[in-house]
Amino acid sequence: MMKPGTLILHAAARFLVPLQLLFSVFLLLRGHNEPGGGFIAGLVAAGAFTLYLFTFGAAVTRDLMRVDPRNLIGVGLFIGMISVFPAVLQGEPFLTAQWWPVMLPGGTEIKLSTPLIFDIGVYLTVFGSVMLMMIALTEAEER
Amino acid sequence: MQLAVLVIYLAALFTPWLFVRHQHRTAYLMALVPAALTVWFAMHIPEVAAGATLVQEFQWVPGLDISFTMVLDGLSLMFALLICGIGTFVVLYAGAYLKGNAAQNRFLVVLLAFMGSMLGLVLADNLITLFVFWELTSITSYLLIGFNHQSAEARKAALQGLIVTVAGGLALLAGFAMLGMMAGSFSIQEILSSSSAINQHHLYSAMLICVLLGAFTKSAQFPFHFWLPNAMAAPTPVSAYLHSATMVKAGIYLLARLQPELGGTQLWIVVLTTFGAVTMLTGAFMAIRSTDLKKLLAYSTVMALGTLTLLLGIGTELAMLAFAAYLLAHSLYKGALFMLAGIVDHEAGSRDVTELGGLRKNLPLTALLVGVAALSLAGIPPLFGFVAKELLLESMLDGAFHSFIYVLVMVASIFVVTVASVIALRPFFGAFKAPKEREKIHEPPVAMLVGPVILVILSLFAGLMPALAGGWITQPASNAVAGFTVEGYLALWHGLNLPLLLSAISIAAGLVLFKYWDAARSKMKVLDPIVARGPERGYFWFMDAIVWVAEWQTRKLQNGSMRNYMRTIVLVFVGLTGYTLLTRYQLHWNWDVSLYFHEFIAVGILVAAGGAACLTHSRLGSVAAMGAVGFSVALIFILFSAPDLGITQILIETLTVILLVLVLFRLPSFSNISTTRERIRDAAVALLAGVLITFLIMITIDVQLFEPISGYMIENSYPLAHGRNIVNVILVDYRALDTLGEIFVLALAAMGVYAMIKFNPETSPGANHYAGTLILPKKELNEKDIVHSLEEIHQKMLEEQNIVTAGSDNDSDDEADEDPYTTDRDEQNGDDQESDNREPRS
Repeated sequence: MMKPGTLILHAAARFLVPLQLLFSVFLLLRGHNEPGGGFIAGLVAAGAFTLYLFTFGAAVTRDLMRVDPRNLIGVGLFIGMISVFPAVLQGEPFLTAQWWPVMLPGGTEIKLSTPLIFDIGVYLTVFGSVMLMMIALTEAEER
Repeated sequence: MQLAVLVIYLAALFTPWLFVRHQHRTAYLMALVPAALTVWFAMHIPEVAAGATLVQEFQWVPGLDISFTMVLDGLSLMFALLICGIGTFVVLYAGAYLKGNAAQNRFLVVLLAFMGSMLGLVLADNLITLFVFWELTSITSYLLIGFNHQSAEARKAALQGLIVTVAGGLALLAGFAMLGMMAGSFSIQEILSSSSAINQHHLYSAMLICVLLGAFTKSAQFPFHFWLPNAMAAPTPVSAYLHSATMVKAGIYLLARLQPELGGTQLWIVVLTTFGAVTMLTGAFMAIRSTDLKKLLAYSTVMALGTLTLLLGIGTELAMLAFAAYLLAHSLYKGALFMLAGIVDHEAGSRDVTELGGLRKNLPLTALLVGVAALSLAGIPPLFGFVAKELLLESMLDGAFHSFIYVLVMVASIFVVTVASVIALRPFFGAFKAPKEREKIHEPPVAMLVGPVILVILSLFAGLMPALAGGWITQPASNAVAGFTVEGYLALWHGLNLPLLLSAISIAAGLVLFKYWDAARSKMKVLDPIVARGPERGYFWFMDAIVWVAEWQTRKLQNGSMRNYMRTIVLVFVGLTGYTLLTRYQLHWNWDVSLYFHEFIAVGILVAAGGAACLTHSRLGSVAAMGAVGFSVALIFILFSAPDLGITQILIETLTVILLVLVLFRLPSFSNISTTRERIRDAAVALLAGVLITFLIMITIDVQLFEPISGYMIENSYPLAHGRNIVNVILVDYRALDTLGEIFVLALAAMGVYAMIKFNPETSPGANHYAGTLILPKKELNEKDIVHSLEEIHQKMLEEQNIVTAGSDNDSDDEADEDPYTTDRDEQNGDDQESDNREPRS
């Protein structure tokens, strides 16, 4: 569905949405050392889809997302909760950070950790929450 | 011992799987679990009788002094034996009693869960653990009383029992907290052995009242006794188990457990003897009035519970001996009598003694067992009930205020003899009378009889050999209750003395009363208006009052006016914070602020935009102004080197503006609803808040109460948390628990918004928007507004949209499927379907 008279927006959205999504993942992953993090990244991702939502409408956006925002919230919370448990298995208090640094060939070190898992959970929850509200409102508007 | 509790819960867990294959025989299998535990506990009898106390430690939350440590001493052992022993018979009995009932599965699960909770309660050494099990028994008993949930009476009785016991449980929690504070430990063993004088503490009275409230509600003491007879709506196995031997004795157990440390004070003695005596008399009197077998038994249980409380209140050595003996005797005969009453009900079709008679030819064994158990109830030798009653009378004579209490005990024992005779004689002798035909009445299956048979034999056995029962079971329990070794012994023959004489008098008087029972009952009808005004009325008033207060506060506080909410919140905040601020800290006027030019510009925009938002007469204008405020705040964040906050603020502002734009056109046209006076008042409130925040900021610059934690965080951010972005490290590492809570709140908020949009009657007619009306009192609901099922809502809605004609029985789902517009859409639920149904029409 394309709304009439939105040619520029239409064209721009197609290019901007992937870029914005990429940027959100970038923000999520750099968050531990530079400004960024799950919350901000989730908002940026939601912003990307909101742009899409404004251009193409709710049904198409739902189609593009493939996942219901409600499920995103659920998965996000679940991942957040999961990051609690590695510490418990080690006999440490809940949410104590666990680090598993991995050396990639080529000398890049990737620091896998429970805070990263937790941040991904935050990202998905924030993303899902905002999209849930946005899509619901847009659907109410379109009716 | 922890394992013992766990095993029962595991049995409950596995019951559903076994039940699918074995049906009611699962119960016979499951009875093996408590039976094995009974044997296991019985093996500890010699050890405990020798004075040993077994302790098994197990940590749970050591930081909060909460443990799963379990203790087995004389008192716990007696209770554990009763719980597992009678539990075995009850499970067997339930297998036969509920045979063929589709919900038997659920019943067994809850019954076993209850058993585990009860066992945990009497074994737990930690007050908090004890409380957890205490509440678990309340919840499981709620499910058991309300087992026949199709019956409104059962639901009502279950809810009543739950509310009374859980309300008491709340008081108990407060009492436990105070007790733990006073003793410096939550461990009962440590509390009992601590040297600190708890009964000298200034919180003692408050703590004792809270603990007593908990115990009295659970053990159905006056004025909370009313829930117990109502709970007879439960199936008979539940009455036999919960309301004779176990749950109602939990309160008594708690009092007995804490007696050595809390008992002996004036308050304890007065309260326990008074309430015990009143409960005893109330129970005896109400029992005499009843004709329903289970009600008779229930009220006589109330009487027994009152007697036990009375004995704890008296607190002499003899009273402790009597306490343990009476408790054991009561559990033995009352468990048997309840099961036998169930058999009569099951076989003859009624429990009302006025409708029964002459059943002894059809139910010879049952009649015999009821007779022997009733002898124990009446306290006639050589049953164990007699031994207990002798001790009771003796300890009364021994007590401090004997003359008054003694009369009450005598009256109660006369009544009990009458009750026992009614139970034993009325259904079984005289002319045949029963709702069922004579030929159809026959002895029940073995599984239902085995419990009563063994319990009655134990009653007889213990009566004939009181020294054995005393030495092994009740005297160790008495020692545990008293806190020291009690001198004395249990005997059938105490010689010709005053108690024996009084016993004989009570039996004779009771039998005379039985002779004129029918006449006495009709005479007592005169008192009915007084009985109707009993404490149960208070309960109903209380429940009405809850609804009334809820309505009142909803109307006053939750009135739906955003402005009122905001004003209340802001004023409360300003009041409380401002008061603390002005009374504790000195304000220093610190005008020495240097601003760069660009900072000045940012602040100027902020203030100007804030003013514009207040004064504008266009909604779009105010949205834009608020956006400007937000972006200026973000700018300030960035200027003062908080890029994360700045980015977040910008993103949130953007999304807020988008959200506002989405709803902008749905809002009613812009108008000033408030008068000038209201606007001035609101402005004053806003100004107050602003001034307060200014003060707060000034003070936070000056006052430094603690070393700021930021230093620690900055130093350790990289070494400990491997991250250089401190804000993010705080979010996902240092304060990850907060963040976890926040994302849950965020998700809930999103769900709330979603529900408001989707389940709005205007945007989504399929939603159950009548649900909210169900909490209002019945009188305000029109019959047409009461919704009984989802189909009904569907039908109603389709009628409103003229999709089906009113009154037609068309299934709405078929309608949706036939609609060509809905087939190619991705359907999520009924709501969407309905909204789509509407689309082609508009």
